[in-house]
Amino acid sequence: MFDILAARWKQGARTMGYPNAAAPELPGHFRGRPIFDVSRCPTGCDACAKACPTQAIGIEGGKVTLDLGRCLFCTDCAEACPEQAVSYSRDYRLAVRQRENLVLGPEQELVLAAQLNEKLRSLFGRSLRLRQVSAGGCNACEADVNVLTTIGWDLSRFGIDFVASPRHADGLLITGAVSKNMRGALRKAYDAVPEPKIVIAVGACAISGGPYIGHAEVDNGVPAEIPVDLYVPGCPPHPLTILDGLLRLLGRLPER
Amino acid sequence: MSMASTTDTPWQRLAMLVNGRALPKSAVPELSITDFQRAILDGVARQCRVAALFGMPDRTNPDVLWLYVVLADDGSSRLRLGRTRIEENSFPSLTPACWQVHLFEREIAEQFGRVPVGHPWLKPVRFHRSYQPGRDAWNRPAEAEIAAGVMDFYEVRGEQIHEVAVGPVHAGIIEPGHFRFQCDGENVLHLEIALGYQHRGVERSLVAGPGPRSIHYAETLAGDSTIGHATAYCQAVEALGGIQKSARAQSLRAVALELERLANHVGDLGALSGDVGFTSTQAFCGRLRGEFLNMTAALCGSRFGRGLLCPGGVRFDPDTSAIEALKSALERAEAETCQAVELLWNSSSVMARFVDTGVISRQMAIDLGMVGPAARACGLNRDARQNHPSGLFRFTHIPVATWESGDVFARAYVRFLEIQRSCEFVRQQLDSLPSGAVRSPVTPLAADSMAVALVEAWRGEACHVVLTDEQGRFERYKVVDPSFHNWAAVAMALRGGQISDFPLCNKSFNLSYCGHDL
Repeated sequence: MFDILAARWKQGARTMGYPNAAAPELPGHFRGRPIFDVSRCPTGCDACAKACPTQAIGIEGGKVTLDLGRCLFCTDCAEACPEQAVSYSRDYRLAVRQRENLVLGPEQELVLAAQLNEKLRSLFGRSLRLRQVSAGGCNACEADVNVLTTIGWDLSRFGIDFVASPRHADGLLITGAVSKNMRGALRKAYDAVPEPKIVIAVGACAISGGPYIGHAEVDNGVPAEIPVDLYVPGCPPHPLTILDGLLRLLGRLPER
Repeated sequence: MSMASTTDTPWQRLAMLVNGRALPKSAVPELSITDFQRAILDGVARQCRVAALFGMPDRTNPDVLWLYVVLADDGSSRLRLGRTRIEENSFPSLTPACWQVHLFEREIAEQFGRVPVGHPWLKPVRFHRSYQPGRDAWNRPAEAEIAAGVMDFYEVRGEQIHEVAVGPVHAGIIEPGHFRFQCDGENVLHLEIALGYQHRGVERSLVAGPGPRSIHYAETLAGDSTIGHATAYCQAVEALGGIQKSARAQSLRAVALELERLANHVGDLGALSGDVGFTSTQAFCGRLRGEFLNMTAALCGSRFGRGLLCPGGVRFDPDTSAIEALKSALERAEAETCQAVELLWNSSSVMARFVDTGVISRQMAIDLGMVGPAARACGLNRDARQNHPSGLFRFTHIPVATWESGDVFARAYVRFLEIQRSCEFVRQQLDSLPSGAVRSPVTPLAADSMAVALVEAWRGEACHVVLTDEQGRFERYKVVDPSFHNWAAVAMALRGGQISDFPLCNKSFNLSYCGHDL
């Protein structure tokens, strides 16, 4: 007993001050949104697009677009670029409300997730119960969603909790490319959540299929018949990126 | 081994290889199916393990399926390879005589529609269509839907008997799988596990590589084992390309592998604490796991080590100040972890739940071909870092941690021992990191060759077997995640136990669904 109390005292209070205090420090090599300095692009060069494992980069008529919903935030485009024109933003804020908001030109600013409408905010703003469905990924997104429930992040201080049944939930948080083998179970879980409900897609897999885009075994992410309210890109997204998205959706962060 | 002669036994005719090397496919002897199976049985009788057993379609003749075997001879640090060709729709099952091939044979049946006749448990593994159209081990019509988890489950009948079905969607934030318990009251008579829900077709998509996605497939075979599988991928490619790595690159890879082990072991001990209601250690370890993940992120920007490894070395090179910062972060986290974990061994409420729960005997572990900490918790000295060392582990050894009791306590305690040894190892490496470049140029892969890479990932041995075609492209890429060997042990651990012990037992293995399902 005394050992436990001593350990408790020594381990200390560890819940971060964010969002009222500064966000936790990100690693030096943190890879946020890839930034293309198109002024350095040689004419006709498409080395970055060719190297991209998920065809997230489009080049048409010298115009570069990037689909953050497909992006694995790997280093392949930066390495392939002969002019070192690709760098990474250190901004962890990446979550959006509309799928098309993830497709960006180089100068285009990301439209960060707007809050839910007033009715939904009054319902979920201070108490959101989510059922997590893992549906054909690598379990890394799940792991970093789980991290939000540990004491450092303490997700429940925002009234957000993960529950054991879709019947107890206000919405789904979906990870994975939605394998054919999970399609039915995902649909059942979605149908079991009472209305009104929200859906959050976390990670490149759930948004686009991620590394498995185009595989016959998967559905390229959450199918169209399940409407998504929040997209959190990444492979996997940093816990801070996920938390930022959730808090934005609930209107608990300043819009910008 | 002497030159092969006609008097050699099938076992003696197998080709020899060491981990992380390649050989021409033509050097892999072709045996009759009888000799092939005899060689496996002989090997297993000599304490070898079946590290991989898989099918590969013939390049030209669609009726021919090649079976390849990789036997791991842990005592001599050698691998033995052989192959056989099958032209019929079936072959005799080896499972009744050699349990550890049970899932491999089911996989061959599912992927290529060849029936292992006499298999006691022939059911789908991942619930997908055969890779060879027109061949189906269960004679399902081509247009019939294949539904995950729909199969003949083992049933127990009797007045008091009831069945409990769980999943694929579980209560927590965990991967999907379906578990069926046959119970007499609270007592579990039998547990059957149906997986495949995470199947995303990775092995199939690796064929014709290496391409832009190849290493990303490796990194996402099991997300929490990114470094383990990426190391195996790189070693296989490097073996085929004859690519040398610098000493510094090898050290950084080994550091990353141990950091991955640390994060997961610490997280598991926290989760085990949570499952027995010991919330102090659960809370401490939940946070501390993050500290170890952040050390990996300090190396490469990703908490899971995404992008750190590449064939030829590593992509990131920490400077002196980064290494010093890592060292002090490690020291802090190690002290806090030891304090948090030692509470468990001194708490009678924890020990009452851990001790004698979910026991796997040493013999059962051998019979099932178990690997990793779960095998070491049954007293087996199985650790690819020691038995089949590659990379830095050829020069620097980590003592193998074992425990004899085979229960939840043993699986927890082995993790604790490994945490301490890995911390010590990482500290030593960071203190004496070799200088030099971290990346060597990549050369084309050898044609018509075969490479094997074994890596002791945190769950156990990750085995990648790569066969190349006449242009040096991947003709077959076989992945054996450690969970593939160990899932049957979870079912066995529950036999005779209580259904309420399942979460604890399952967590004590913490196997990968996606690594199994691929």
